[in-house]
Amino acid sequence: MSLKDKKILLVDDDHDYLFQQRFYLEELGATVLSAQTKKEAKERIENEDFDLAIVDLMMEEMDAGVVLAHTIKKKNPLIPVVMVTGVSTQSKIHFDLQTKGERRWMQVDNLLSKPVRSEQLKEIALRYL
Amino acid sequence: MMDGEELKIRVLVVEDEEAMATAIRRTLQNFSSTLESLKRQISFELSYQTTLKESLEALDHKEYDLILLDYKLPDGNGIEILNKIKDLSDPPIAIMMTAYANYETAVMATKLGAFDFLPKPFSVEELRMAIKKATNHLVLIRQARSFEEEKKKIRFNFISILSHELKAPLGAIEGYLNILERGTEKLSKDDYDKMISRSKERLLGMRKLILDLLDLTRIESGEKRRNLTTMNVTTILSDVIELLQLDADKRKIKIESASAKEISLFGDTLEIQIILTNLISNAIKYNREGGKVTVSLNDSSEKLKIAVTDTGIGIEKDDLGRLFNEFVRIKNEETVHILGSGLGLSTVKKIAHLYKGDVKVLSTVGVGSTFEVELYKDCG
Repeated sequence: MSLKDKKILLVDDDHDYLFQQRFYLEELGATVLSAQTKKEAKERIENEDFDLAIVDLMMEEMDAGVVLAHTIKKKNPLIPVVMVTGVSTQSKIHFDLQTKGERRWMQVDNLLSKPVRSEQLKEIALRYL
Repeated sequence: MMDGEELKIRVLVVEDEEAMATAIRRTLQNFSSTLESLKRQISFELSYQTTLKESLEALDHKEYDLILLDYKLPDGNGIEILNKIKDLSDPPIAIMMTAYANYETAVMATKLGAFDFLPKPFSVEELRMAIKKATNHLVLIRQARSFEEEKKKIRFNFISILSHELKAPLGAIEGYLNILERGTEKLSKDDYDKMISRSKERLLGMRKLILDLLDLTRIESGEKRRNLTTMNVTTILSDVIELLQLDADKRKIKIESASAKEISLFGDTLEIQIILTNLISNAIKYNREGGKVTVSLNDSSEKLKIAVTDTGIGIEKDDLGRLFNEFVRIKNEETVHILGSGLGLSTVKKIAHLYKGDVKVLSTVGVGSTFEVELYKDCG
């Protein structure tokens, strides 16, 4: 069970959360490219290659996560994108990937809701890599 | 209820004399009143009952806004209807009509919650006046109620944001503890140090949030707990600066204060401390490394003006409007690493209002911001 030689883009505007998720992914041997803002993430997407992206929906910038997912898929539609959201409980906005339309709109392969436990994170990383 | 929208009043007329019922119908059918003060058109939807029994049944099945009630009914009297409606959650307004008008009946009806009393025979004009008065009252009651509901909603919102803000640091600290719990052997010294210092920082943020919250509740609890004295604002300012000097030094920020003389103000010392602490600590937090904070006190016989200027990141025009709302924190590339409760400026604004003043902000992105608080002296 190793993610050696795999690169993961990790985007979250919560500094501590980012640190902790990075820690667990690095423990599996992955190289983590982390970004805390939409701008940082865009630069990374443009300039670096990675095998999986785990992106927070980032409600502070409303749609940052969705925009980033689109940007990644435009660059390479084969890169799996996992969207993480803390939204459902907070503002009662509900996201779902039940229908084809929703999947096309969101451009993501999987949706996780916060807080994501370390086992869950590992399971998802191993599934897509 | 929206302004300008037509208001339909559901009226139940309880009257056994046919002639009287007809007269009431004619009067109300052609009477669509306008509430001048509210600019609202009123119309009436009428229902009729002739006996006590039927009236009580009607009240079980439908809601009414207004009841025109005859005192004497073939199977009892109107008092029993008053007795019933007083227990309803949203009781209609009752106008009692009777030919047997006497003092005792009037008192009893009023005690049971009748809004008005209309002695028979009455003129069309008298009936219209009574209806108009009752309608006005109804609209006012409803407005007060929707205001209450709005207040409840705001409160609920506040609490749900607050719980989120309290939960977030707990989650972060718990996350670090989970990592540390697995043993520190595999951790680098850097990571270990960072986890400890971030945990402490999040705890500090949480403590600050709780303290800000206490300030806010203290301000909102009203006049009772204010401790009004004549204070020396210049001394308070130097105390506040001394307290914040360490934070400023860490980022090589200079704090300058300019006030010509000793300034005294009649008010609550703690409130002035809160204003100065919030504005100056913001000016440090949102400043650039090596920047400057300038505090000036401008005193006149009428008011005290406090201005705090920084050389920091500035605020986007679009963000200025919501800056003074509770829990608002402007999040962007520049502020993402800065901690804050989002309560400071809303508290400053509330305090300024206690002194019949206000707070203003002038800002240029990349250059800095000036926050200006005006406090009027005759209302401390």
